Amino acid sequence: MSDLATRPAPGGTAPHAGQAPRSDGSHRVRHVVSYVVLCLVALAFLSPLIYMVATSFKPRAEVLSTPPSLWGSEFRWQNYVEAFTYFPFARFMVNGIVVAAVGTAINLTVSALSGYAFSRLRWRGRNLVFAVFLATLMVPQDVLVVPMYVLMQQVDWVDSYQALIVPWAFTALGAFMMRQFFLTLPQELEDAARVDGAGTIRTFLFVMLPLARPTMAVLSVFSFITYWNSFLWPLIVVNDVNTFGTIPLGLQSFFGQQGSQWNLVMAASVISMVPTVVLLVLLQKHLVRGIVTSGLGGR
Amino acid sequence: MATSTPQSTRPTTTGGRPSGAPRKGGPAHGGRPRRREGTSSGWGWGFSAPHLIGLAVFTALPIIMTVTVSLFDWPMLGDRSFVGLANYTRLLGDPIFREVIRNTAVFTLLYVPLNLVVSLGLAAWLTPRIRHRHVFRVIFFIPTVTPIVANAVVWRFLYQPDGLIDATTQTVAGVSAPNFLADDRFAMLAVVAMSVWQGFGYNMLIFSAALDSVPESQLEAAQLDGAGAWTLFWKIKFPMISPSVFFATTMTLITSFQVFIQPFILTKGGPGSSTLTLVQYIYNEGFQYQQLGLASAAAWILFVIILGLTAAQFAGQKKWVHYE
Repeated sequence: MSDLATRPAPGGTAPHAGQAPRSDGSHRVRHVVSYVVLCLVALAFLSPLIYMVATSFKPRAEVLSTPPSLWGSEFRWQNYVEAFTYFPFARFMVNGIVVAAVGTAINLTVSALSGYAFSRLRWRGRNLVFAVFLATLMVPQDVLVVPMYVLMQQVDWVDSYQALIVPWAFTALGAFMMRQFFLTLPQELEDAARVDGAGTIRTFLFVMLPLARPTMAVLSVFSFITYWNSFLWPLIVVNDVNTFGTIPLGLQSFFGQQGSQWNLVMAASVISMVPTVVLLVLLQKHLVRGIVTSGLGGR
Repeated sequence: MATSTPQSTRPTTTGGRPSGAPRKGGPAHGGRPRRREGTSSGWGWGFSAPHLIGLAVFTALPIIMTVTVSLFDWPMLGDRSFVGLANYTRLLGDPIFREVIRNTAVFTLLYVPLNLVVSLGLAAWLTPRIRHRHVFRVIFFIPTVTPIVANAVVWRFLYQPDGLIDATTQTVAGVSAPNFLADDRFAMLAVVAMSVWQGFGYNMLIFSAALDSVPESQLEAAQLDGAGAWTLFWKIKFPMISPSVFFATTMTLITSFQVFIQPFILTKGGPGSSTLTLVQYIYNEGFQYQQLGLASAAAWILFVIILGLTAAQFAGQKKWVHYE
């Protein structure tokens, strides 16, 4: 925020260096060079994805060509049709959306409630319970998958949607984020609601929760993407991939069977990436803020 | 950081009510009929109960079960028998397990510094003066949101003999590139390179936001004193963002010890077991060889390593993190 003063007008084409106290031509040249190099770096960074998209439209025989080329002799949409017919990718997508949406809804609900309890309600044991919540954040999923599988065996959930959704719907991160948000609200809001005769539940539902929409949006996006991309757990708990497979599991399975047909594998990879990239582009502001304010980072 | 609580809300957390009598803790207090406070304790437990029960069943219970299962010979199907610490002694005596620990440590030692250098460098480069900055941010962030399985499949294609890398070196330099994924000198480096490409976007965003919050006045003062860009970064900016760097380092360290999908898709742990990592070992033992007891013991060792790393990080932070 503090850089607003030195920032060029939004969308303006004026030379940026013009506002600096000791502006000169060399400064400006350096700026342009830096920008061009940055564009090249970004292009190099994107090249695996560009090559993936290009390959997904090539005929099979031209996939491993030397010298490498971006375009094949023909533009084959057919690859996508074949990928969808070889493997039930439409089903994987629906599975992925259902699992991610339901899991996110559960996580959002329990997190909003507990985050509110940890921030705006006073109760005996609050600090202790919150400390326990934070402690669970230290436990990585990989440490839990073996006993979780045993648990799924006991309740007969192996190969089911519940098994994909429920075990990871209670991560404490959401409670932490909601608590951080509720702490920023002024006490006067609650007092005003109380004076108007609203009880705890009504204050929560109709005064506090609507204000928390931006934080809940951030939480939803992260939860959704985490579910969508999850791989180790589906790999363990799903045996019937064609029925319960999600996108990463389906892609891995497809890759295992059609690994030599790179054009189809790349088409399948594009299919699996598109929803997440769309979410990223649409919700970039939410994502950036979420990472910055809540520390969802560090992968 | 950016989430600091405004002054006006502090009373909430310290317990004062604007018009109430001074409170002294719990609800069972005084003879007067209490209004909201009297029921508050119940509300607090009620609101947190769904989450608490979920965590108890799906986190606390499995943790306890990990310990229990690790003390048994526990096949996926069939009879189990108590074996005490035999799974642990077997693991610690197993040369493959030692190689797995070493591989995971090597991955971490390569991945964490590379990730931090790339993400810090790009964050410093992407100053607010860069035009279309948000576009660059989104570009570098793409592979962190796309499925890692898909990223790894794409890179497997690039690393392939006659794939993009090999075809390029053949065309440009006339020599074949090594067969990265089948050569034990290159396989781990290939896994690390792919992982850095797909993972640094998170840290870049964290650092970028932290750098934005360095006050302009301080930078201008230093510039007037004749400090160059390099000095400015290391003497002013870096100390001010060191809490973010500490946080990112800790998180990256923890997650890199859990690396699984990249080697699983790229190399399946090979060639030999040169890229076999701890989590893939847990997966193989538990769900390929169906030895859940042994897998639990390995998972418990992973947990201890991660706790140890985190503790060491926190112990060391005083030396170089500057909190205001």
